[in-house]
Amino acid sequence: MADLIKVGMADYKVGRAPSTLISYGLGSCIGVSLYDPQAKVGGLLHIMLPDSTQSRASENPAKFADTGVPLMLKDVLALGASKSRLVAKMAGGAQMFAFAKATDIMRVGARNAEAVKEQLKSLGIKLIAEDTGENYGRTVQINLENGVYTVKTMVKGEKEI
Amino acid sequence: MPDDIMQLSPTQMDALREIGNVGAGNSATALSQIINHRIDMNVPEVSIVPLGDVPDLVGGPEAMVVGVFLRVYGQAPGNILFLLPAESAFYLVDMLMGKKRGETQNLDYLDESALMEIGNILAGAYLNALFNLTKLSLLPSIPALAMDMAGAILNVVLIQLGQMGDHALVIETEFTTDEEGIKGHFFLVPDPGSLDTILTAVGV
Repeated sequence: MADLIKVGMADYKVGRAPSTLISYGLGSCIGVSLYDPQAKVGGLLHIMLPDSTQSRASENPAKFADTGVPLMLKDVLALGASKSRLVAKMAGGAQMFAFAKATDIMRVGARNAEAVKEQLKSLGIKLIAEDTGENYGRTVQINLENGVYTVKTMVKGEKEI
Repeated sequence: MPDDIMQLSPTQMDALREIGNVGAGNSATALSQIINHRIDMNVPEVSIVPLGDVPDLVGGPEAMVVGVFLRVYGQAPGNILFLLPAESAFYLVDMLMGKKRGETQNLDYLDESALMEIGNILAGAYLNALFNLTKLSLLPSIPALAMDMAGAILNVVLIQLGQMGDHALVIETEFTTDEEGIKGHFFLVPDPGSLDTILTAVGV
């Protein structure tokens, strides 16, 4: 029986085949997955913000791109993944409301995507697929049996990346 | 003063509930006059919830909703979000546009504009009441609208809070109309720094 493991906002989960990790209703947030196709283990992280150093008083590293990605990496490796085989995918980072004068907060989706990329690069993990930006919400899931990352939307249907 | 929302006293929570009550009452009256129907509202919930749980307040992160978002500027900045289940938003458009109930199945440009105007009026009424109570000058931005998953829309108001802590203070009121089956949620989410300002202004 394949488990469906739910990942909440500012949280992450790791697991192994045949589980599927899912995170619902991402707007400017981003769902980053790591996957080792040989060991069939992986993780899904749901970050809200790009940079923990810009923030006050948060005890939750999974909320930020810069602290969340290394945290999940550690747990995925502990499950038996090999760092050299790990590949990353990500989706989300939308701008839900269009304002004429977009403030930094409004553009947080784009900044999130940038921060994840930077973090993956510095950790030496290859980003092989992404579906970011635009102005709609996404539900994302990764199937740890085959590494297929599915993006579901209300307005643009469903796709695999 | 509570920089940390987890340390609010019962009296302060009561004060915030009363602010929500007066603000939402004013908004409900305004809405009722526009659509010519009685509007009921519940006693506002003032809750401090983990950020991840906020979407559950409106039926879960994947529920299809229409959100009208306004940024509040002035002495106590924050965010206002008026959320309606998609069905309710369609009925509301039917009423506003003089269409038959059930006619609206999707939102065109004009429908969106009408709903944004509703958001504008509700926010204005809410902030006016808040001004009368606190003498804090608060101005809403122009409204923006999105129809999508509740989680995605709520992201917008939660992001700013996320920079400060892991919990959100949410002042939330549910509106219902007498017969048309329209339901909406009105959220006032003060920026973390604004809470002190509001509480000081009402003297608690």
